[in-house]
Amino acid sequence: MSRPAPGASAATVLELRGVTKTYGQEPAVVRALAGVDLAVAAGEMVAVMGPSGSGKSTLLTIAGSLEDPTSGEVLVGGMALAGMSRGRRARLRRRVIGYVFQDFNLLPGLTALENVALPLELDGVAVPRARAAGRTALEALGVADRAGGFPDQLSGGERQRVAIARAVVGDRRLLLADEPSGALDSVNAGEVMRLLHEACRRGVAAVVVTHDAQLAAWADRIVLLRDGRMTGHTSRPSGPESLLLPEETR
Amino acid sequence: MSVPHVLLALLSQGPKYGLQLREEFEAGTGEVWPLNVGQVYKTLGRLERDGLAESDEADQDGPQKRYRITAGGREALAAWLRTPPDLSSPPRDELVMKVLVAARVPGTDAHEVIQAHRVYLLELMQQWTRLKEGEARDDLGLALVVDAELFRLDAVIRWLDAAEVRLARAAAEPPRPASVTSAAAPQLRRLGARR
Repeated sequence: MSRPAPGASAATVLELRGVTKTYGQEPAVVRALAGVDLAVAAGEMVAVMGPSGSGKSTLLTIAGSLEDPTSGEVLVGGMALAGMSRGRRARLRRRVIGYVFQDFNLLPGLTALENVALPLELDGVAVPRARAAGRTALEALGVADRAGGFPDQLSGGERQRVAIARAVVGDRRLLLADEPSGALDSVNAGEVMRLLHEACRRGVAAVVVTHDAQLAAWADRIVLLRDGRMTGHTSRPSGPESLLLPEETR
Repeated sequence: MSVPHVLLALLSQGPKYGLQLREEFEAGTGEVWPLNVGQVYKTLGRLERDGLAESDEADQDGPQKRYRITAGGREALAAWLRTPPDLSSPPRDELVMKVLVAARVPGTDAHEVIQAHRVYLLELMQQWTRLKEGEARDDLGLALVVDAELFRLDAVIRWLDAAEVRLARAAAEPPRPASVTSAAAPQLRRLGARR
């Protein structure tokens, strides 16, 4: 078994150990990730920042078990994905991992509530129970009153709230988001990050990929990626109090 | 920041005492810009001298004095609000200077220098964002101030990103003939001289 990622502990929900991903064959190999270590704990929000082509999205698809690493290991809830059967992995994706996409990906023929309850129903949860859980998720995101609305009847901000509700519905423990604020204006984009951060406060671990520093700043930790390597990270931020002291006393 | 004009703005809402002006000034700017009471009275004295504000009791100084804006004060305030601040010449930015210097000091990895500043700026942005998440939710003044700071820091990070790309490109390309750079130099010197 490979070495644990720095910072990994009992509360770690997602762990990447020396993850490498290459595409293509020699001599035209593209190295998307080169030995990435990352541990994300329950209740923690990590933002992954980097220029385009830095490997951000690859990191997310590998963390979500949508793709396999070329080498290295991915553990979700302490269990290595590599050893799991296809069926078990699919179950993990449905039950434990929630995804938020840039373009929302809501199904147009379903109401907001039906969209949110769908992953649970697909997983075999009885419809009334799935809908009740869906309603709870919509309430937590402040859009319970839009439960009966179809996606095209919702505003951009409401659609994204519904998409986040769908990602956290039930007992999801890992939230993966790729540029989750899409084309929203900066105030609404900030609102999306606030909601994701609140979900983390309720115990979810989240990885948010973004190129936008203002959105990344919502995270507890920011990891910088470049050419497939982690080149730096922020420390856990201190409180904002120091910003409010007059300059001469700082 | 123009303290006199912000005081005029507060007085435009109705007559006020000096201490009250200080409290409202600080509350209105999200308490990010502290103002001492001496500064308030000194500024009020100047506004009165210039006919932009007047007080009830001309012979009494201190906290008992109530100030109100004059017609001239309203005009000065309206003109100030619509006059763009002078942003025509670049400020002498220490960070810009450090990156320029890092690119020239032998044995210095400019990318490492840039990365150190980037991480620091992101940490600052995280702190401001915590403020936005907490107190600034119900405080419009503070929310606006925090947004302004976040956009400013964001712009600095974007500049670092661009600087990194430029440095990488310059390292990969052969140096250009000197005549290309010297053609732009007089223009740059003029920009610098304006300050």
